[in-house]
Amino acid sequence: MWADWTSWLGPEEWQAVRLSLRVSFWATLISLPPGIFIAYALARWSFPGKQVLNGIVHLPLILPPVVTGYLLLLAFGRRGPVGEWLEQWFGIVLSFRWTGAALAAGIMAFPLMVRAIRLAIEAVDPKLEAAASTLGASPAWVFVTITLPLILPGIIAGWILAFAKAMGEFGATITFVSNIPGQTQTIPSAIYALLQVPGAEDRAGRMVIVAVVIAMAALLLSEVAARRVARRVAGR
Amino acid sequence: MTLQVSLRHQFAGFDLDVAFEAPPGVTVLFGPSGSGKSTVINAVAGLLRPDRGRIVTDDLVLLDTDARRVLPPHKRRLGYVFQEGRLFPHLSVRQNLLFGRWFAPRDARGESLDRVVELLGLEHLLDRRPGALSGGEKQRVAIGRALLAAPRLILADEPLAALDETRKAEILPYFERLRDEVAVPILYVSHASAEVARLATTVVALRAGRVAAVGPPAQVLGDVAAVGARGASSILTARVVAHHADGLSQLAAGEVPLWLPRIEAAPGRVVRVRIAAQDVILATEVPRGISALNILSGTITEIRRGQGPGVMVTLDIGGQRLSARITRRSAEAMGLSEGQTCHAVLKSVAVAPEDVGTGTRG
Repeated sequence: MWADWTSWLGPEEWQAVRLSLRVSFWATLISLPPGIFIAYALARWSFPGKQVLNGIVHLPLILPPVVTGYLLLLAFGRRGPVGEWLEQWFGIVLSFRWTGAALAAGIMAFPLMVRAIRLAIEAVDPKLEAAASTLGASPAWVFVTITLPLILPGIIAGWILAFAKAMGEFGATITFVSNIPGQTQTIPSAIYALLQVPGAEDRAGRMVIVAVVIAMAALLLSEVAARRVARRVAGR
Repeated sequence: MTLQVSLRHQFAGFDLDVAFEAPPGVTVLFGPSGSGKSTVINAVAGLLRPDRGRIVTDDLVLLDTDARRVLPPHKRRLGYVFQEGRLFPHLSVRQNLLFGRWFAPRDARGESLDRVVELLGLEHLLDRRPGALSGGEKQRVAIGRALLAAPRLILADEPLAALDETRKAEILPYFERLRDEVAVPILYVSHASAEVARLATTVVALRAGRVAAVGPPAQVLGDVAAVGARGASSILTARVVAHHADGLSQLAAGEVPLWLPRIEAAPGRVVRVRIAAQDVILATEVPRGISALNILSGTITEIRRGQGPGVMVTLDIGGQRLSARITRRSAEAMGLSEGQTCHAVLKSVAVAPEDVGTGTRG
């Protein structure tokens, strides 16, 4: 039964599914802390260059993905300033590796994550945080004990939205790290590749079903999680 | 512990310049809205940074702008009870109560959870969440939360203003217990003279950003310049004698009997009764055939003319002050003068339950 089910997709397709999940998981997990930090800064602080930061965060949402991918290649490619430095000092190579795919997916998904978390932070009543400070909580403790639990639904929603976006990322990924099976071939690039092969529509179709199922599952999961946390946070 | 406050602060169209001392007990900042009460209490809490000021307790400088010293709110160790409760919605009542305890120094001598729960009647609420509490219950939890933070001073910003009359009557006794049974001094903001009369040991009357009067409640509430003619009232200290079957309670203010609608205090207890000056009628002879039950005889000690048509007549009734606000026309027609014997007439039902507070202090 299991064998039948797994053979429904070929080994290359399975590889693409596993890679997509791994890329999206790490992309969104690593961008979560900076995402929360930047969302907090945009929601609560006023500082010079706030609009510039806001613009940079949202840039991947409005730029053509291929442009984002090309800019990543220029910066993080082996001869790019950041890429060269990373390789020299840490031995990290991003271009044409799955880590590069994760970087591209993470950057493309970042604006969605920040927007969702920022909305959640703006919904927190600062008076509650002031109350916590009068009870002896330092700003860091106020964040950990009050702000963070209250914005948890927003963080979960933002994380899952970003995950779904990362799963579907295509343009920036293929531009930055190409379409190497087992290395950088995610579900969208696998579908794209299969569509180029005559007679592979069936295989492409099955990948499309997988993509739809994963997206729907992510959405459902986020709904359930957010509702559960929202009920807790509303104090009932 | 004594709190010393001197502040200057300017907003758009408002300027605050106050200095006062809050001795141990309950100090009520009293004044109409817009008089600067909340600004003062928030400056003490550290939630608002005044333009200039100095706020010190016996052992600690909370703020001294001249010395560029500003203690952040979390290092001030004050328990703040807010008007709207501000309970943490994601925590249970128990977790809310213990929130401040977690941050208080280990050696801080605060109240125990058991005692606070008992004092405020919170036993059955501990495992609930704030969303499931009534307004009055929320406020009781908020008081407990402030108390359990082992504070140097409790701040309360109109903690009853958001509640209806029934809930107010439910919470006020808890503040009285706090005053009488817990050693922590309280700075309490209010615009309601009933609360002042019941709770205050010291009143700081604020008007338009200035201190209009400081003193014990009987003195400040009788001061027309501080509280306005309509707000002026007297406070009689009286002992409960008995409760009668017709719904009345019999009290004695010194030797003088006083009949009030049934009050919640056992015979023998001493209560404070606030009597609004505008509810008191004066007569030069003992009136007969009158529905009012209370006729208190005394000597006129002061007749003060105001700007308007009214005069404030103060009587000495068995050693206690009672003020009546009557028209100048009546005062002249009756030929009232200081030193004269006079009779104050008071309807029992003019005294609302919220005007009667238990308490031995002040």
